[in-house]
Amino acid sequence: MSDPKTPPTKLAGTPLSSAQFKGGEIITWDDRYTVEYDWDSGVAIAAYLDGLKNGKLLASYSPSSDRTVVPPRTFDELTWKEIDDLRCLPGTGRVNTFSLCYVNWDASRRDDPLIPAVIELDGASDGMGILHMLGGVDPEAVHIGMAVEAVWKAETERQGAITDILHFRPVAEPGGSGDLDAAATSSPTAGFSDVDPGATKSDTDGTQGEDS
Amino acid sequence: MSKTGLRRVAAVGAGMTKFMRRALETPNELAYGATSAALESAEMTRQDIESVVIGTAPDAFDGIHMNGEYLTDGAGGLGLPTLRGYVGGGTGVFSVIQGWYMIASGVFDTCMVMCEEKMSPCQPHPQGAFVTIFDHTTERPLQPNLLWIFALEMNRYMSAYGINKRDIARVAVKNKHNALDHPAAQLGAEITVDDVLESEMMAWPVNRLDVSPTSDGAAAIILAAEGTAERITDKPVWIDGVGWALDTAYWATRDLAYPRYVETAARRAYDMAGIKEPRKEINIVEPYDPFTYKELHHLEGLLLADKGGAPQLAADGVLDRDGDMPSCPSGGLLGVGNPIAAAGLMKICELFWQLREEAGARQVPGQPKTGLAQAWGDLMQVGTVVVMRR
Repeated sequence: MSDPKTPPTKLAGTPLSSAQFKGGEIITWDDRYTVEYDWDSGVAIAAYLDGLKNGKLLASYSPSSDRTVVPPRTFDELTWKEIDDLRCLPGTGRVNTFSLCYVNWDASRRDDPLIPAVIELDGASDGMGILHMLGGVDPEAVHIGMAVEAVWKAETERQGAITDILHFRPVAEPGGSGDLDAAATSSPTAGFSDVDPGATKSDTDGTQGEDS
Repeated sequence: MSKTGLRRVAAVGAGMTKFMRRALETPNELAYGATSAALESAEMTRQDIESVVIGTAPDAFDGIHMNGEYLTDGAGGLGLPTLRGYVGGGTGVFSVIQGWYMIASGVFDTCMVMCEEKMSPCQPHPQGAFVTIFDHTTERPLQPNLLWIFALEMNRYMSAYGINKRDIARVAVKNKHNALDHPAAQLGAEITVDDVLESEMMAWPVNRLDVSPTSDGAAAIILAAEGTAERITDKPVWIDGVGWALDTAYWATRDLAYPRYVETAARRAYDMAGIKEPRKEINIVEPYDPFTYKELHHLEGLLLADKGGAPQLAADGVLDRDGDMPSCPSGGLLGVGNPIAAAGLMKICELFWQLREEAGARQVPGQPKTGLAQAWGDLMQVGTVVVMRR
């Protein structure tokens, strides 16, 4: 450092190289923990997962804020009122934003990019997006505003999980945005009390063979 | 008394360790290195400290559950009222706000604020620890990683305002250059915009040089009440405004182009500090820069640039150390390094040195009087802001 008075002047810390760390030059202690969790899915998300298992994308309608929100929820975080009105969305939407990701969760690299995206769902209120993946598309062709639709797993393979939607893929836009907007209405289904979250839970357990 | 009716609080000492990819020292040894340096800078001893605030981000990095309790020894907190403040990546600045409460409330006259992060133990890469911040039912089955969030937000920001990557890459050039003058820096370098654009494509539109490193390190700042602070130093740096705010955890339903929660936090801090025209009154700013675009995104949320206008400030040199509004003169997270909570507190340390005109080779010209530091984090939902004055 050219100026010895530039702070911080008292400077603890001993940098280690990767070779020093991994090569046995210093003593280290390795350990690993396998920690398991089983999450019940609550009231609103249980309905969401039950819908996914049945090939439906559910939202909830909050009369107090006149919003259709996704994922469904039992209370409106803006108005602090309860919600008990499930709506079925058409399963189409638009790409709000996306990435072409060449890095896996553990920082290992991949040649074919994953295409995570925020998808604003038709039939939900403006700006209501969910995180999901795009597929069946040339990565170079993906663009913000692209119209997409859910691609579902086969009915027998669905287990009541967000991954029951394999990904979203582009849909043809013959009539421009107007066609989609016309179709973008949500249809009422039921309230939370009409959904049996136990069915999803026990089916999931059965599929995965986890009960013991 | 400040306009809040609470006591004024000043920073009176600062210290930090080197920031490095992997430190030999344990988290507690790093903490001791930072706190002892801060005490020495203020010519104080541990016995002069009445309360302690510890900041550290998710336990998963250090791999030590209840890391705050573990760090009590190194922070100098034995036998003292010691607490851990936590808002994810926003923790470094948040911890100073918690320290401010300790003293502004009138309960304590002094407070040691220490932030530490040791990300290197997490194998094979600390990146993996971020998986668990996403919603366990609706998002984690998609195996997300932290790059996604930044890439998605950066793409939306670019799209909303017609910004190109070249405009954003200038932030990396500036901050890594500034870090060359920081003795603790991990990644100071002279690079070009083309270097950034040609570095590894990690998650379009994010290249490797758009990203701050993973780091080990610690920082500390000592706070004191008016009346006490002036006896410790003839150059107290006053904390005149604090603010923080959280937005919804349904992050995919937010406007990703604009951090409204940062604006909310900034307005609280400006109001407390009596700042009416932040662009004229803030002389020096340390916005949170874990990724290049975040510095620009945050300058806009802080009302220091028009929406979509911050890249032009970078292009015009306004954000350079000798520009009209120096931004990240320390070198920021991109240059000094990003031991998460410690990196936020490093920004407060930088304001302390800059506003005392003690920053040496990094000194911003023009005798800056007012500075602002900001951090960001949790599930991309928190803004933490501190305004400091000489």
